[in-house]
Amino acid sequence: MKWVLLCAIALLALVASVILGPAAVPFGQLLHSDIVWNLRAPRAILAFLVGGSLGVAGAGLQALVRNPLADPFLLGLSGGAGLGAVLAIALHWSGPWALPLAAFVGAVVALGLVYRLGLIGGAALDPRILLLGGVAIGAFAAAITTAIVSLADAAELRNAFLWLWGGLSSASWDAVLVVALYAPLPLAVLFAASRPLDLLALGEEPAGYLGADVEAVKRRVYLAASLLTAAAVAVSGVIGFVGLVVPHVARLTWGHRHRALLPAAFIGGGALLAIADTLARTVVAPRELPVGVVTALIGVPVFALLLRRWTIA
Amino acid sequence: MLSLTGVRYRYPGAPRDALADVSLSVGAGQFQAVLGPNGSGKTTLVRIALGTLMPLVGRADVIGVAASQWSRQELARIVGVVPQREDNLFPQRVRETVLLGRYPYLSMWGRERPEDHAAVDRALAACDVLELADRWLWTLSGGEYQRVRVARALAQEPRLLVLDEPGVSLDLRHEMALFELVRGLVDTQRLGVLMITHDLNLAARFADSLLLLSEGSAVATGAPADVLTQENVEAVFSWPVAMQTIDDRPQMFPLRQRPRPEPPTPSPQT
Repeated sequence: MKWVLLCAIALLALVASVILGPAAVPFGQLLHSDIVWNLRAPRAILAFLVGGSLGVAGAGLQALVRNPLADPFLLGLSGGAGLGAVLAIALHWSGPWALPLAAFVGAVVALGLVYRLGLIGGAALDPRILLLGGVAIGAFAAAITTAIVSLADAAELRNAFLWLWGGLSSASWDAVLVVALYAPLPLAVLFAASRPLDLLALGEEPAGYLGADVEAVKRRVYLAASLLTAAAVAVSGVIGFVGLVVPHVARLTWGHRHRALLPAAFIGGGALLAIADTLARTVVAPRELPVGVVTALIGVPVFALLLRRWTIA
Repeated sequence: MLSLTGVRYRYPGAPRDALADVSLSVGAGQFQAVLGPNGSGKTTLVRIALGTLMPLVGRADVIGVAASQWSRQELARIVGVVPQREDNLFPQRVRETVLLGRYPYLSMWGRERPEDHAAVDRALAACDVLELADRWLWTLSGGEYQRVRVARALAQEPRLLVLDEPGVSLDLRHEMALFELVRGLVDTQRLGVLMITHDLNLAARFADSLLLLSEGSAVATGAPADVLTQENVEAVFSWPVAMQTIDDRPQMFPLRQRPRPEPPTPSPQT
């Protein structure tokens, strides 16, 4: 029943984001309209895929670092991706894929550095060091980014600033295809780690005694969740709060068992971002808000409610 | 089933061996307790027995194969562990947490089968917590919680059960009930049990065999009456004790270190 409801919400969100928009498309011509086919449909699907990926990556990372406040961007990825993107803008790299590729490379470099830091002191990946390393690397990249932005001229600065807050206006069928081909592998790795992630909630040593190969699971989950986030940030910028709030809302309804939680976080995250993107491009039409602004405006109050619930319980 | 022979281990950078030339074996239907003061190497011994640490010298075998050679999943089908500490990151019900004991038997994608739920019910019943199955973990008392954790280890359908300080923070009744439960499992299900405990008296009354550790070395090993002698206990714990026998097992009573002050003689009233 709750699955039916969730899928219905997701479907409604997708339909709404195709129907609604600044350009009025007559209802009868929806299926024949260029705007619908080449702009709104790929954008809605991309929003769904990106939101779903962020939801799953967030749920996986929260279990991995055993910290309910973990967010896919907490581990330094947003800083690396932002630096890559701003470099691409400042150096005038052209072509439709220059910015996403630069952001992706920046995120992957940050991921590699944080991962290397997390392995300091032996072959075992320490989640606490991952968190601290992520914050440090992210701050370092943000400092360089700010230096570049402060030296750039006004138009470039605006572009960079908007990109940092996330947006799906560059969505295309090509982007949908790339994400649809890329995302299934890390998603499958995360889904396959569902049971060990349940066990990790007890702590690393007890998880091992219940049959989890803890070190391998930590590495797989960290890399898969980060690569998923890197792809999301490459096509849509830094969209916050989806990866933080969606897993918590899903936990309230589906419990903490990842076999159900991860799929729910995917559909829920996808639906949330599709709705947020529809709002972002309709509320102030014909102009557009960065979608990260909308997810923060929805996400922060929800998060505040959750915090209240925890402190009362 | 479990056998350690001549095990030596030293943590990286430590000035002395955590374990030096320790041997131990646990067979089916045998209750082996490991005793010793804090820092005597009890937990290191468990980690080596479970393959989490590799001995520098000597062997640690589970059913004839080096403990560190087993895959974690296969080892979890043979050895159930009740660790000293664990976290509860997310709220859980009793039945859910006991079901975690079935994870070593589940495939990556498959759901729980009827035999998994049957094993959970058997484990809950064996630990006398069937009526708690739908309670949240955080509503349980300390004694109930320990029995639930033993039930989770039993759901693994192990041949060997390892318990690390299971009686800590339990009151008299619950601690006795826990030891009676473990002893019952040894006698009725032919489980092998390896228990780490600081409680010399309960270990002496329930276990078949004791290993007394001090600073990483075995001071004595064997039947309780041979291990728990006044000389051994006083040497290891550096405290004077008196010994008595209850149920044919030695029991230890720590003595006051200084003689009690003389009661004040009543001074004549003026």
